Amino acid sequence: MEHLISLFVRAVFIENMALAFFLGMCTFIAISKKVETAVGLGIAVIVVQTITVPANYLIFNLLLREGALAWAGFPEVDLSYLGLLSYIGVIAAIVQILEMLLDKYVPSLYNALGVFLPLITVNCAILGGTLFMVERDYNMSESVVYGLGSGFSWALAIALLAGIREKLKYSDVPEGLQGLGITFITIGLMSLGFMSFSGVQL
Amino acid sequence: MAKASIKEVLLNPVFNNNPIGLQILGICSALAVTSNLKTALVMSIALTLVTAFSNLFISMIRKQIPSSIRMIVQMVIIASLVIVVDQILRAYAFGLAKQLSVFVGLIITNCIVMGRAEAFAMQNPPLLSFMDGIGNGLGYSAMLIVLGVIRELFGAGKLLGFEVLSLAKDGGWYVPNGLLLLPPSAFFLIGLIIWGLRTWKKNQVEAPAFTLAPQVANQEAH
Repeated sequence: MEHLISLFVRAVFIENMALAFFLGMCTFIAISKKVETAVGLGIAVIVVQTITVPANYLIFNLLLREGALAWAGFPEVDLSYLGLLSYIGVIAAIVQILEMLLDKYVPSLYNALGVFLPLITVNCAILGGTLFMVERDYNMSESVVYGLGSGFSWALAIALLAGIREKLKYSDVPEGLQGLGITFITIGLMSLGFMSFSGVQL
Repeated sequence: MAKASIKEVLLNPVFNNNPIGLQILGICSALAVTSNLKTALVMSIALTLVTAFSNLFISMIRKQIPSSIRMIVQMVIIASLVIVVDQILRAYAFGLAKQLSVFVGLIITNCIVMGRAEAFAMQNPPLLSFMDGIGNGLGYSAMLIVLGVIRELFGAGKLLGFEVLSLAKDGGWYVPNGLLLLPPSAFFLIGLIIWGLRTWKKNQVEAPAFTLAPQVANQEAH
């Protein structure tokens, strides 16, 4: 249990998806002009990430990994090179299913998240989470916790950035640095701040 | 863009319409792999090839793809190309592949590839699309190489692993700036490069969301 809490804290603060690994930057910058939309997108990422990481864990361990097909009578088959293709397919499918389910059963949430859900398919934080899970060889419970933690870390970062950018538009930024330029420098400063967590050990 | 010539398509993305500087595409990998020049170069080559060939193939079958499932078709083509690149890297440059870790796989979700496939290859003939892919790849590579050179040269005093500036700890004169090897420096550098690019090419400046009212204190003094 302690181990899982430590993993969660590490995923949120030390290995922050957006600020330490720079994943999902395109949406991170494009959708962070307003706190409200940023939080909406953040929640959508948490949900999708928490579902896709364990789902891809199952795909990897039951179908792709070397010797994983032993139950079907093919003990020597190693399909791990098909990984990338399957993960992105799973992510696209889950996003699509989630969109349809929400539309049918929770229309209020669907209206709040609607626009952002399709964007999530091409968010590298989601695919990145899965690839890190495979690379680090997490087990089932670890991958659930890691999915939740990394999704939360991304949501936290985009909410913080949106808060700063909302205030930033009232400030007198040099011409040419306005917009994209100052946003990058702001993210740089935030990332420096988050680096100070790197020594934290539970 | 109806009558775009090959030269325009090839050179425009490098300066006028840089994918990273202006279109905000494909930033994720630009930051993570540039702490030394070698990985930046490998990443540039990989991305340029993937973009060019995915544009070529998608453009070839653009009339056959039903528009309702075009995203999935594009994804499958891109993912297959990335798998090829990944396998080649693993076979011939295993150390490098380990260093790039997940970022080769993340080319799939790199918005440059997807964005060009959707915006250009779906409307244009194969050869032109291929060139557009190379052009955008070059625009991305230019940014990556500039970042890689600055970060490796000033952060470690080396280029491609060879010592260029002699380090103070080995009796030379240069004290390396460790900050440049850390991730946040990439953000500062890109921010500054964008500033430079926009000072040079004024038309890229974004219209400000607000303009501050001029200071009124001076007038009140009258």
